[in-house]
Amino acid sequence: MNKSKETTPIQGKGREDLVVLLAKAQSKFGYLSGEFLIEIAKSLDLSVSDVYGVATFYSLLSTKPLGRNVIRICKSLPCFLKNSQTIIESVEREIGIKPGETTPDGKFSFQLTNCIGACDEAPAMMINNDVYTDLTPNKISQTLRSYK
Amino acid sequence: MPEKRIVLRNCGIIDSKRIATYLDRDGFKALQKAREEMTPEVVIEEVKASGLRGRGGAGFPCGLKWELARKAQGDEKYIICNADEGEVGTFKDRYILERDPFTLIEAMAIAGYAIGSNRGYIYLRAEYHHLLAPLTNAISQVKEKSFLEHFDIDIRLGAGAYICGEESALMDSIEGKRGEVRYRPPFPPQSGLWQKPTIINNVETLMNIPQIILNGAQWFNQLGTERSKGTKVFSISGDVKKPGVYELLLGSHLRELVEGLALAEKVKMVQIGGATGSIIPYGMIDTPLTFETILGAGAVTVFNESRDILDVVYQTMEFLAEESCGKCTPCREGIEVMLEILGRFSNGGGTEKDIIILQELSSVMMLSSLCGLGQAAPNPVMDSLQYFRSAYDSRMRKD
Repeated sequence: MNKSKETTPIQGKGREDLVVLLAKAQSKFGYLSGEFLIEIAKSLDLSVSDVYGVATFYSLLSTKPLGRNVIRICKSLPCFLKNSQTIIESVEREIGIKPGETTPDGKFSFQLTNCIGACDEAPAMMINNDVYTDLTPNKISQTLRSYK
Repeated sequence: MPEKRIVLRNCGIIDSKRIATYLDRDGFKALQKAREEMTPEVVIEEVKASGLRGRGGAGFPCGLKWELARKAQGDEKYIICNADEGEVGTFKDRYILERDPFTLIEAMAIAGYAIGSNRGYIYLRAEYHHLLAPLTNAISQVKEKSFLEHFDIDIRLGAGAYICGEESALMDSIEGKRGEVRYRPPFPPQSGLWQKPTIINNVETLMNIPQIILNGAQWFNQLGTERSKGTKVFSISGDVKKPGVYELLLGSHLRELVEGLALAEKVKMVQIGGATGSIIPYGMIDTPLTFETILGAGAVTVFNESRDILDVVYQTMEFLAEESCGKCTPCREGIEVMLEILGRFSNGGGTEKDIIILQELSSVMMLSSLCGLGQAAPNPVMDSLQYFRSAYDSRMRKD
C-alpha cells in the first residue's frame, strides 16, 4: 500500500509548517518515507535535501519504520543515578530487543533518549506521548502489557 | 532557610484546570492594571527597575530586552515563551506549567501590551506533549473571560532537540527549519521570528511579571542580592532524599538547598546548571546561588561519594555531542575530540599532552562558538581538571 498517497492535506501550507507536518506524518504513519519527503518537498516548493535535512534533525522524527509503540528510556545523569540501567535491562528482557531495534511483530521500538524533564521522579521513560516515572522492573511488565 | 514562593505562589493552591480559582487569587488584575493604569513604556520601566533577569540560564535583563523590542521598527512583533526546558536535570518549568498556566498566560499578555505585540507563541518541548491539552484548555478559558482580546497565543511543539531551547535555534524551528543557531547581531528584539522584532522569555521569567506589576518594582528589588534580584526556582535531583522543585531567594547558599531541603548526605560533588553548567566539589557547598557566582537555570544534580567524576564528565559530554546542532566546527569537532580523550583516560591511557589539548580546545570553543552550548561545553571538563585533577593523574598512561 502506498501510504504517501493518503494525504495529510498540504495544500496552501508554507515552509513554516514543515516541522508540524512532518510530526503529524510521523504520528500517523510511524515514519517519514522517501516518497513522502519528496511529495512534501514538491508541495512546499522546497528542495528534497532541505526537507530531508529537517526530517533527520529532530530525534522524534524517523526516516526508518518504527514499531507501533516507541519506548524511549531516559539515559541522562539524573535517571542514571536512579538506576535507569536496570530499567533498560528490564525492557530488553521483557520484549527481547536492544536499544535501536524494533520487535519482529512491529509492536515496539526501543530507544534511549536524553533528559525528558522527569528527574524528580526518576528513572523515567516515554512510550509514544505518555510519560512513565518512578520506574521499577515490575512496573515495566505491567506498563508494556497495556500497549497493543 | 524556608522557601519563598513567589513564582510558585499558586502551585498546589489553585486548580490548574479552573480559571475561577486563579481569579480568586488576583488573577488578571496585573493585566488590567497594566492596560488601564500604565502606558507600555511605564510597564517596561517597572520591569527594568525590578532588576528581573532571565531565568532560563542566560540571565539577560528582562526589562531591557522588552525595551529594545518596543523601540524596534516592525509591523508585527512576537512574544515567545520558551518552554523547551531541555537542560539536563531541569524540570521546574514542567512543574509550573502543570500547576499554574494562567499566570504564564497573563504574563505573556502583559508582555504583548508592553512591546506592542498581539501574537504570542509557547514553544513546548515534544516530551511535554501531555501538557498540550491542559495548556490549550487554559488558553481557551482565558479567552472566554475576554482577557485575550488584544493578544493571541499559539502553542508550537518541538520535535526532540535540546538545542531548540537556544532562542535562535528555537525561532528557526518555528520557521520550519533545522534548529540551527543564528549569527548575532541582529538580535531577536530587532530581528527575530520571521525577521520581526521578537522577545523570547523563559517560563519562569514570565511568571514573575504579574507580581512585579501588582506589587511594584521596589518590592521585587528588595529581594535577593545586588545583582541578582528576586527568587529562583531550583530543580534538584540525583543522590538526594527529597528531589523536587524548591524556590529560594537568590543569594541563598547551595547547602540550604542540597542538605537543608533535599536532605542529601555524603555529597561528593554537585552539578549546577545541567550539562553546560559547573561541577563543584562538596568543599564549596556554602557557595551562594546567584548569577554572579553559579546558577544556570537552576538545575542541581547531586552526586554522592560512590560516584566517579570522569563518568559524570564523560556522560555529560556525550549528551552535548549528541545535541550539538553541528554548525560551528569548534563545537561539533571539539566536543568529539574531548570525548575521545576522556575515553582514553577512562581506560587508564591518558597523557599530559591530552590535558594540554583539552585546555586549548576549551579556549577555542569558548571564544568562537555561536551559542551557549559550544561556549559552555568545556565547563564540565575544565571544572573537573580544576577540582578533581587527581582523577586524571591517576589514569595517566604508565610507560
